[in-house]
Amino acid sequence: MGRLSVSLCGIELDNPVIPASGTFGYGHEFAELYDINCLGSLSFKGTTLHERLGNPLPRIAETSAGMLNAVGLQNPGVDRVICEELPKLAACFRKPVIANVSGFSVEEYAEVCRRLDAQPQVGWLEVNVSCPNVHGGGMSFGTEPKAAAEVTRAVKAVTTKPVILKLSPNVTDIVAIARACEDAGADALSLINTLMGMRIDLKMRRPILANTTGGLSGPAVFPVALRMVWQVSQAVSIPVIGLGGIQNAEDVIEMLLAGAAAVQVGAANLVNPYACRDIVDALPGVMDRLHIHNLRDIIGGSHG
Amino acid sequence: MKQGFFTILENTPLTEKVSRLRLGGDVSAVERPGQFADLRLEGCFLRRPFSVCDQDEESFTVLYERVGRGTELLAALPVGQSLDVLTGLGNGFDPVRGGERPLLIGGGTGLSPLYGLAKTLLRRGAQPTALLGFNTANEVFYAEEFAALGVETLVCTADGSRGVPGFVTAAMDRDHTGFYACGPEAMLRAVCETSDRPGQLSFDRRMGCGFGACMGCTVLTVSGPRRICRDGPVLDREDVLWAD
Ligand SMILES: Cc1cc2nc3c(=O)[nH]c(=O)nc-3n(C[C@H](O)[C@H](O)[C@H](O)COP(=O)(O)OP(=O)(O)OC[C@H]3O[C@@H](n4cnc5c(N)ncnc54)[C@H](O)[C@@H]3O)c2cc1C
Ligand SMILES: Cc1cc2nc3c(=O)[nH]c(=O)nc-3n(C[C@H](O)[C@H](O)[C@H](O)COP(=O)(O)O)c2cc1C
Ligand code: FES
Repeated sequence: MGRLSVSLCGIELDNPVIPASGTFGYGHEFAELYDINCLGSLSFKGTTLHERLGNPLPRIAETSAGMLNAVGLQNPGVDRVICEELPKLAACFRKPVIANVSGFSVEEYAEVCRRLDAQPQVGWLEVNVSCPNVHGGGMSFGTEPKAAAEVTRAVKAVTTKPVILKLSPNVTDIVAIARACEDAGADALSLINTLMGMRIDLKMRRPILANTTGGLSGPAVFPVALRMVWQVSQAVSIPVIGLGGIQNAEDVIEMLLAGAAAVQVGAANLVNPYACRDIVDALPGVMDRLHIHNLRDIIGGSHG
Repeated sequence: MKQGFFTILENTPLTEKVSRLRLGGDVSAVERPGQFADLRLEGCFLRRPFSVCDQDEESFTVLYERVGRGTELLAALPVGQSLDVLTGLGNGFDPVRGGERPLLIGGGTGLSPLYGLAKTLLRRGAQPTALLGFNTANEVFYAEEFAALGVETLVCTADGSRGVPGFVTAAMDRDHTGFYACGPEAMLRAVCETSDRPGQLSFDRRMGCGFGACMGCTVLTVSGPRRICRDGPVLDREDVLWAD
């Protein structure tokens, strides 16, 4: 066990740094630049039962210290992810990966998880009940404790792999939803997904995004994410993966102190394709400076 | 794709709105005309994509129009300033598709990647003709540079104040063997409606990453979903599905 290693539902990670779903494709674009085996794990693009083209363009807009996206879960569908993407991913990444799953019904979530459960490469299933960019699915399951619990139970019934519920920040009481997921059998939680936002084009006087609204991510959301991780990690006894706006090794340590057992890095990869590798490389130096011997010792270290 | 730091060697206005930027550094990833570079600007979260206009062994140029915050910030940067740049992005043009006598059709800053393409085509022995479209005479730039390569160059202005009056389609001859076009989407579409020859079009979409990771720029084509940043920006005309 190295200084950076952490454990997530019984699986050892060399370090807590995991690229977030939707910002790392299936890894190959980044594997062209560096050996991505330096990462703790990797969460691949949200997968649905059938192919999805996503929302009309424009589906990206810039904000101060961040961005909005309304991609809307573009993916080739679970069967092609398994036949085409996972073998290519296996060729460049030899560690267990996090399979990110979305759906429009409880049955769809369960069916996609059932198919991904059979893949030896998949270490965890990350169930996205928090996508703000699709109508009639995604976030609607994550804004109500009962619905989130129902999805959790349905998924747990079809897999033996650890199930991570990815939570939405677009709720009044994230702790209530987190508890409902834990009670329904979730093995871990990841938070936060994006915050719903919008921008208007001043010349056209129309929303920039064709979908009108999109999900805000990037450094702008870091304090919100940190606060939610701090609250949730004290209310549940399962591990919490912290994400939202992480840019550097200091942010990782702050997130662990807030109670995260591991972290994910999203938008930062889009701006600096080396972001995750740079964070992993910077961690030991920052730890030395802060007199941190092992990362696993500081998880929740800010709780009173 | 490659990330590197480039030094601004030149950043000079060509017209009221358009400037030429020359960046010195490792250009080994810049392989084909039609590819683009993604510039990180202090004060902007996302990078800004620009087509490569021309290159030599140690530098490349882009031509950019000031249209918003990022391009205004760029215009204010001094020579000597260092920039974080991703190079070698996108597929680029196929110099064979357009045949022996291709038309290079550029609208505004869309002419930029066609300049590098013209040089490649000339080296291959093709005889390109450049049709450069602008709104009005004082917006014209790079016509002399194209002509200096030995390319027959026709300027078209929408208001008729210089060259051929009207849109570039008015100047498209009948004996071209193919075309390469970059510019406003209405122009690309009009070009395809005017010519039945093989052609390639370069598209422009709002991007998150610029290298294929975020799915922010995907368009539906005849052969399925394509990321403009990675599978484009250049598409064969036959592949394009025009929005109604
Ligand atoms: C492949 C490609 C090649 C390009 N080549 C050139 C070129 O050679 N010369 C040139 O002048 N312009 C080019 N553009 C357009 C250029 O990227 C935009 O004009 C520029 O990003 C605007 O930035 P801004 O901050 O000034 O504008 P703002 O409107 O303030 O930008 C806000 C956000 O919207 C994005 N955006 C705004 N307009 C566009 C646009 N037209 N296309 C893509 N993103 C946009 C910006 O990148 C930024 O993320 C190209 C675009 C693409 C996709
Ligand atoms: C372009 C883009 C696409 C995303 N796609 C997904 C997705 O498919 N599934 C998912 O659970 N989260 C998705 N997200 C959310 C991120 O995984 C992450 O929760 C969020 O962006 C906050 O982290 P960040 O601030 O580090 O980006 C996406 C985010 C972005 C920017
Ligand atoms: S801009 Fe990210 S995939 Fe094209």
